[in-house]
Order: sequence, then structure tokens, then C-alpha cells
Amino acid sequence: MSAVGKLLREPWDGLGLPEERALARQRAVATFGIWIFLASEVLFFGAIVLAYTVMRLEHAAAFAAAARETNIVYGTLNSAILLTSALCAAVASKSAEHAALRRTSLWCLSATAALGLAFLAVKGLEYREDLGRHLVPGDAFPLREPAAQLFFAFYWFATGIHAIHLSIGVGLVGRLIWKGWRDPDFLPGNPQVEVGLLYWGLVDIVWIVLFPLLYLPGRSG
Amino acid sequence: MSADVAESPTALADRGELALGLPESYLAAGHTLGSWLTATDHKRIAILYAISITLFFFIGGAAATIVRLELFTPKADVVGADTYNKLFTLHGVVMVWFFLIPSIPTTLGNFLLPLMIGARDMAFPKLNLASWYLNIAGGILTASAMLAGGIDTGWTFYVPYSTVFSNTAVSLGVLGVFVAGFSTIATGVNVIATTHTLRAPGMTWFKLPLFVWAMYTTSLIFVLATPVLAVTLLLVLAERVFGLPIFDPARGGDPILFQHLFWFYSHPAVYIMILPAMGVISEVITCFARRRIFGYSFMVYALVAISVIGFFTWGHHMFTSGMSPFAALVFSFLSFIVAVPSAIKVFNWTATLYRGQIGFESPMLYALGFVGLFTVGGLTGLFLASIPIDVHVQDTYFVVAHFHYIMVGASVSAYFAGLHFWWPKVTGRMYPETWAKFSAILMFFGFNLTFFPQFIAGYLGMPRRYHVYPPEFQVWNVLSSAGAAVLAAAYLMPLGYLTWSVFFGERARNDPWNASGLEWRTTSPPPRENFLGKPEVLAMPYNYHPEGAPPIKDRPRVPAQGSLT
Repeated sequence: MSAVGKLLREPWDGLGLPEERALARQRAVATFGIWIFLASEVLFFGAIVLAYTVMRLEHAAAFAAAARETNIVYGTLNSAILLTSALCAAVASKSAEHAALRRTSLWCLSATAALGLAFLAVKGLEYREDLGRHLVPGDAFPLREPAAQLFFAFYWFATGIHAIHLSIGVGLVGRLIWKGWRDPDFLPGNPQVEVGLLYWGLVDIVWIVLFPLLYLPGRSG
Repeated sequence: MSADVAESPTALADRGELALGLPESYLAAGHTLGSWLTATDHKRIAILYAISITLFFFIGGAAATIVRLELFTPKADVVGADTYNKLFTLHGVVMVWFFLIPSIPTTLGNFLLPLMIGARDMAFPKLNLASWYLNIAGGILTASAMLAGGIDTGWTFYVPYSTVFSNTAVSLGVLGVFVAGFSTIATGVNVIATTHTLRAPGMTWFKLPLFVWAMYTTSLIFVLATPVLAVTLLLVLAERVFGLPIFDPARGGDPILFQHLFWFYSHPAVYIMILPAMGVISEVITCFARRRIFGYSFMVYALVAISVIGFFTWGHHMFTSGMSPFAALVFSFLSFIVAVPSAIKVFNWTATLYRGQIGFESPMLYALGFVGLFTVGGLTGLFLASIPIDVHVQDTYFVVAHFHYIMVGASVSAYFAGLHFWWPKVTGRMYPETWAKFSAILMFFGFNLTFFPQFIAGYLGMPRRYHVYPPEFQVWNVLSSAGAAVLAAAYLMPLGYLTWSVFFGERARNDPWNASGLEWRTTSPPPRENFLGKPEVLAMPYNYHPEGAPPIKDRPRVPAQGSLT
């Protein structure tokens, strides 16, 4: 079976088209499908942002005071890490379209996954510091405003959900690296690469929304 | 399979097809359990779903039966308050999330969508199978919540009761519903991608059967509403398991916020239940009236309008929650607006019937039942959308009756209509028509006897969710419980005769109803690849004529104009 034929899946392999054209359609549909899924994910995070916004409008001062307790150094560092990973992901997505650029794709995918892991490591350090300062809603919570606990409820919820999404992304990219490393025909032209990296792009963008929401309030004056 | 067919050539629609050598049907492509549980064939996955949701239907139905039994008398003589709360929660959770929402889209939709658009399979066959497993995983989690002592919050999991006070297995149940949500989103993505990309040559958007349009608009709701429910359920879990304050008013949280998020999904969810039903009914009515559907493009616009406007009506669940009067007014107005496209659909079905050559086969009986029940449910919905009446009947049996008319009366009738209509295509066998007609009539009668008295009881002030009630409501409850017994019989009968027909039923022809539509242009049951050749669509859908051939058994098949295999 040819390299292209190996990538073709049901029902696209039964269209009676030449293999290249059938794979092009399979790619187009895979991309279309992941965009629909991403639209759905936007609603998912949109609901979190909406709930956060409502609470912040109700308790503006408490939210500002609570947000000042977050560690902006870790937050900023993580934003930089994740944006860099997005660059690597974009290059990987483009280079994976050409068989000649297989090494570039593998390197860029590896860098993407490594930066994702670095993000999680920094996030872990930040969580450890937060736990040390008892910034978890509960009896030992240090801030006096009751709504400050609401802020930290959203902080833990939103960053936790984001970290889970990012971990799934690392898993997806890791799988691409593993398969692409074992089989030279796997990466070139494979729709899975673009699908996985579009998902990575969403996780990225979500952080770009979460960062100003969680780290910047109360720090402007 | 093909050997059987060869022995009885009369069972075939066309002798020519026999000479061509019939392809193996999808049912014959493997008989082991493994061949079913790992199948990526959309038709087999539809059967898997049909079996699992039938199971859920009878679990939810059993709970409802005990609830109705308890309400037979005003006193608590069958179950106590705790058990009663757990029973109606079980009924609601299982019926809403594991039967009504997946019912038509995952069974009929999964089976028919590729056939109707001339495709070989869904766009993502593996995702399709995965979504069944996710649905089952969610079902098992929820069922284990029942085994772990049940849930007493009601199917809405209202906070702060569900997050702070309830000592029952809420977390497990919520997790189960959350997992099942993935299945819904996966199905939605699959349907949208399939409809966009796998249509046969000539199948333009405005030649799509209305059932496909209904599946498409339903999937838009699947994809855009379900994630909001997912977040809401996760927030409930976060508050319950990790103690994060989000909805608990004692810690600054906002329980109304929960209701906004919850109903942003759960009101559109009603349209998830009714839009596919409308699709089924459009197919059945036009076929048995032998008339082209009246106002095809308006039927399409109405589906799209309902799915879009449905997103803006959630607030009518919260008129008495302390929402601002202005917001209540806006939501009331928007709720009235959604009645317009719904009415367009009813008028167009009626206009399709007008001067039709109507055949009263059982799918048509179910469909006509649907139109009646949907109209009653829809009109009482207008009562509830108007604020003063809603305040009066809030949380009474009036509301219970209203949503059962839509979600059970209409939606389940349509499911049965579709099940009977496409049964010959799915199984290759005819069901016993007399039994089917009898059960269709019994279902309509039993349903009205069950739920119409609840309108009266509710209007008189009987509140919902209580296991005891003042004696003056007993007459309505006795009527209702008696109706429930009839309804239960009417739901059990198809289980019996449809199962019988799979083994002993008369062989079905390819197109027993002389219907239009691509799904009838292949063998019954279809082969793995769905079609013999490459289907091409030339004619408009619903190419029926009143003087055309009605679905009479012995008449030779009239090849439909246009749509060819």
C-alpha cells in the first residue's frame, strides 16, 4: 500500500477517487470537524468566563484584592512559554505537509510538547506556592473579603480545567511524535497533525484569555 | 442471507436486483458479539444505541410506574418521601439524559442520515462508535449512583440543595451526565461534518430530506449547548467535592447563576428532543398523504429558526426566581416568538394532509398522534410563557403535563412513528400491522388519559414533587395513574411484536411504502456499503402525487422518478 493509502480511512477510502484527492478530502473534513469541536469548546470556556464576569461585577473590590495575591511572575512566564509553543505548533503543522521536512516537523512537535510540559511544571510550582499560602477556599483562607474566596474558586477551577486540556494536548502531540518517529510515512500529509495542533491552538488561546482575567485585576493602580 | 432471499424471490422488490447478485446485508457482515461491539458501521452503531436506549427507557419507565402507583392515593402507602424523591429523580435523569436526548438522533439519525444523503458512512465512523461507549459509560456511572443510594435532587440538580445539603450520590450521577455529554457533542460534530461533506452528487442543501435538516439543526444545539451544561455540572462537582464556593449563597455564590447556565442548555435540550421528531413526522406524513410536503423551504427555515431562537428562551424557567421584571418580560416575548416557527410546522403538516390520499398505516397513526399531542403541548407552552399564568401554575402539575406532552407525547410518538416507518429498512422484515395500529391508538389514548388530568390538577393547584397531596386532587390522580397503566401496556406491546418480527416477520421489500428518498433506493436491509452503485439525486425530495401509487402490498414497485441508485 502506498504512503497515502495508509493514511486513508473509512469512508474516504471508498469514494472511488484517486488516492491523493481522497486524502485531500479526508483532510478537509477532519479540519472541518475539529473546528466544530473547537466552537463547542469555546462555548465551554465561554460559560466559565461568563460566570466569572458575573461574579466579578458583583464583587469588584474583592476580586481585585484577591487577584493581587496571584503570582504574576509565574503567570507571565507561562504566557510566554505557551505563546512560544504555539509558534512551534504552527511551524510543525506547516512542515508536516511536506515529506522532505519530516525532521523539522519532529523537532517542532517535540518543542511544542516540551514547552507544554514546561508550562505544567511552572503551573505546579505556582500551585504549590498557592497551597502554602492557603489560597484555597475554606477555613484557613487568609483574605478577609468573603468574595475573595469566590475569585479563588474560579482561579482553581479555570486553571485546573485548562491544565487538563493542556495535558490532553501534550498526550496528542506526544502520540504524533511517537508515531512519526517510528514510521516515516506517518506525518507527511496526515490530517491528524493539523487536527491535533488546532486543538493545541485553542488551549493556547484560552490561556491568553485566562491570564488577564486572573492575574491582572487590581494591579493597574 | 442471500440464499434465503433467493428461495423467496417474491420478497424482493425487483427481480433485476436478484440477477445482479445482491450484496451481503450489514446484518450478515459478522454474527459475533465482537463484530457488533467493534463495528464502525453507522447502521450497527444505530442498533447498539437502539438496544441501550430501550433499556434506559424501561428503567425510567419502571420508576415512573412506581411514582404513579404512589400517587394513586393521597397518603404515603407505597413509598416514603425519601424513596419518592429518588424515584422521580431516577425517572427524570434517565429519561431526559439517556433516552430522550439520544433517542432519535442516535438511532434513526445514525442509521438513516448517511443513507438519506447517499453516503457510505458517517464522516468519522470511529468517533461514532466512541460516542456510543461514552454514552454507555455515562449510563453506568449514573446507574451506579442509583445503586449507591440514589439521588434526591430532581433531574435539574438545583443548587444549593445539590451542592450543600443533599447527602445522596449526587456527584456520581452528575459525573455520569457529564460523561454522556461528550457522547452528545461527538454525535453533533459527526452529523454536521457528514451533512456538509458527504452528500451524493445532486443532493443540494434544498434537496435534503427534512429529517436530515432536523438532524443538522439538532446537532447545532448539541455542539453549542452541551458544553455549557458540562461546565455547569463541573461547577456543581467542584463545589460538592472540593468545597469551592460558586453557587452557595451562604459563601457569596449565586444560585441564580446556576439556573441561567443550566437552562441555557436545558431549554434548547427540549428542541433537541422535538426537532428530530419533527423531521420524522415530515417524512411520514408526506409519504402516507401521498403529497409533496407543503412549503418545503419554510419547513427548513422553521427548523433553523427554532434551533436558533431556542437559545434565547431559557429565562422563562426562572420567572419566579427573583429575576428582574424587565428580563422576565424579554424572555416571555422571546418564548412567544419561538411558537411562530413551531406553528408554521403544524400548519404545513396540516396543509400537506389537505387533499392527500391518506393511508392510515401505523407510522401515520403515530404521526397524526404526534401532531395532536405536540399542538396541545405547544399551546400550553404559550400559557407558561406568559408571566401571570406562569406565576399561578409555577411548580404545579400543569407544568409537568405540559412538558410531558412535548417530550413524551410528541417526541416518543415520533420515535415510534419513525421506528415503524423505517423498521422494514432496518431489519428487512415487516412488523404485524394490526398489532402496530392497535398499539398506536392505545398509546394516544393512554397518554391523554395519563397527562390531561394533570393539567386540571395542576391548574387547581396540586404541586409537583410531593408524594402526598390533599384528598380533593385524588380523582385526577386516579385517572392519571389508570392512564399510566394503559400507556405502559402500549409501550410494552411494540417491544413484543417488533422483537417477534425480527425473527418471524414477513420479508420486507426495498420500498414497502412506495416512498421517495434515497434510503428506499437500496436493499432492505442495506449492504455494508449502503448502495450498490454511486447514488445520484436528480429530483426534488418528496416527489409524491396524490394519484400516485399508495403503499399497497401486492402492487409491483413503481420506480420513483429521479432519485436513482
